[in-house]
Amino acid sequence: MSVQVWTYLLVGITFTLYIGIAIWSRAGSTKDFYVAGGGVSPLANGMATAADWMSAASFISMAGIIAFAGYDGSVYLMGWTGGYVLLALLLAPYLRKFGKFTVPDFIGDRYYSNTARLVAVFCALIVSFTYVAGQMRGVGVVFSRFLQVDINTGVVIGMIIVLFYAVLGGMKGITYTQVAQYCVLIFAFMVPAIFISFQMTGNPVPQLGMGSTLNDGSGTYLMDRLNGLSTELGFEEYTDGSKSVMDVFAITLALMVGTAGLPHVIVRFFTVKRVKDARKSAGLALLLIAILYTTAPAVSVFAKMNLIDTVSNEQYSQMPVWFKNWEETGLLTFNDKNKDGVIQYVADEDRNELIVDNDIMVLANPEIANLPAWVIALVAAGGLAAALSTAAGLLLVISASVSHDLIKKVFKPNISEKGELWAARGAATVAVVIAGYFGINPPGFVAAVVALAFGLAAASFFPAIVLGIFYKKMNKEGAIGGMIVGICLMLFYMAKFKLGWLGEIPDKSEWWFGISPEGFGTVAMIVNFIVALTINKFTPAPPSQVQEIVENIRIPSGEGKAVEH
Amino acid sequence: MSEKQKKATAYWKENVRYLFILLSIWFSVSFGAGILFKNALNTIKIGGFELGFWFAQQGSIYVFVVLIFVYVRLMNKLDKKYGYNV
Repeated sequence: MSVQVWTYLLVGITFTLYIGIAIWSRAGSTKDFYVAGGGVSPLANGMATAADWMSAASFISMAGIIAFAGYDGSVYLMGWTGGYVLLALLLAPYLRKFGKFTVPDFIGDRYYSNTARLVAVFCALIVSFTYVAGQMRGVGVVFSRFLQVDINTGVVIGMIIVLFYAVLGGMKGITYTQVAQYCVLIFAFMVPAIFISFQMTGNPVPQLGMGSTLNDGSGTYLMDRLNGLSTELGFEEYTDGSKSVMDVFAITLALMVGTAGLPHVIVRFFTVKRVKDARKSAGLALLLIAILYTTAPAVSVFAKMNLIDTVSNEQYSQMPVWFKNWEETGLLTFNDKNKDGVIQYVADEDRNELIVDNDIMVLANPEIANLPAWVIALVAAGGLAAALSTAAGLLLVISASVSHDLIKKVFKPNISEKGELWAARGAATVAVVIAGYFGINPPGFVAAVVALAFGLAAASFFPAIVLGIFYKKMNKEGAIGGMIVGICLMLFYMAKFKLGWLGEIPDKSEWWFGISPEGFGTVAMIVNFIVALTINKFTPAPPSQVQEIVENIRIPSGEGKAVEH
Repeated sequence: MSEKQKKATAYWKENVRYLFILLSIWFSVSFGAGILFKNALNTIKIGGFELGFWFAQQGSIYVFVVLIFVYVRLMNKLDKKYGYNV
């Protein structure tokens, strides 16, 4: 069977599965819709969290980015996993004990203020919308490459599928489809990695293969060969980065703290039964994520080696079929500058003739390594699972922010349970349509902003939540002031140094403390802490019943289930 | 302070002490071994891996996973000790 047939088959089967699960797990109450009834097992929640978390960016782009960035790519590996340690130790158990439905719920109640709630809703919406647009785009790219449909048609198909199970099932439907999606995506990521690791090094475990000797009888270590080739072609050594230590430090910290502050991840811990389960499921989630995250750098190394071996100083006319296929998508371009018919792939921009998009490395890897057609098709199904599962989780945050935090808590407190459920479904529908629109007409700044969503989350939520739990005397004036100053500072730095909204983008040398916009979330977070604590010093302490709430969430027992409204 | 409050305060103190220790390890494997001391550690090689690079792309992640499970165990014990496990 051809790749095309396999792809239709595998994508068809997985989509049918997702829809089947959605029908089986319809939401009957708002509690089902927001937190899946609060009775999800730690393992199911761990799997769902892992799928929720690993987006099109983790599955498709990350290994490619690392392949080209080498050591500098470590910021994503450490940043996007280390955040779970913060989440498990500092946030998840206490938020679960608190037992409400959303992050703005916590901020609003803990800081006894609807202003705080509204600021939190605003931050949650900005973060989630920028993120979800990127996911819909990912769905479109996979469809267009593997099923030869137009990108826009791909986005619309993706929208309909997500709409179906998010609107019908709410958190309950999303949770169980995410469990299935985790299985699909991890299988799809691991199979080609194991094949290639075995091919190149004789060791089937990619994590070990990466540090083994090559299979060609030379006895050379893979990493040494890659370092050697990289320097030969004029690139930095693979294991040596080009970013400053300060910047690597700041970006890693911003990604970690941002991960812990992302509302669609936090909200997953409201769905388990007990505090104990919240801790355990954070551990399981990270374990399941680590399987992909420790394999990805190995895939990067294999892919980079394979790419250099296949193209460097080879005749253009001798290139395999995949090369031509990807050229058609525009993600791979060859420009024979010196007209010798040979591909020069070097660091020097004037002589380099080959431009390879990051996203190709994972998607084309099985083809480059000559793996069977079903493996290639599997990667397409995995990419879709990763994009859809994350999109659904984000849509839920958006719909809950509108129906629960805005309508129920602020504008129409006496809305009936049924009315709120319908409002949630309506908000989810509108959110899917807006996300789809951005997927089809991506505003130029979306790609840039997705990376910065972490900075925004770090600068706004993380300090407010941590102080809310660990500092009993933290009051609303301090928390609101900190959040507003933090997010505005981050937005300002983005606008000035990344998006160029305030005149021409200044040179790198003008970065504050030498920190890039991606890493600036760290600075904005520190400023948030300082502002919050300073204001707190000069304003009245929180009322005693709020301090009692804090004492109560620090203790894991009592109130086993999410509080009913 | 009532007996109940005393118990809660003691529990919280032990919890915070655990957090402090575990987060120190979290910091040293990632920001320490993987970033600040990466170049020094890269002079040591284990198999095909330079050690600093290995910490940045593999080692720190394994340690993170272990840290959370250690925390889960410690807290389950602590909950039992203070009778908060019901």
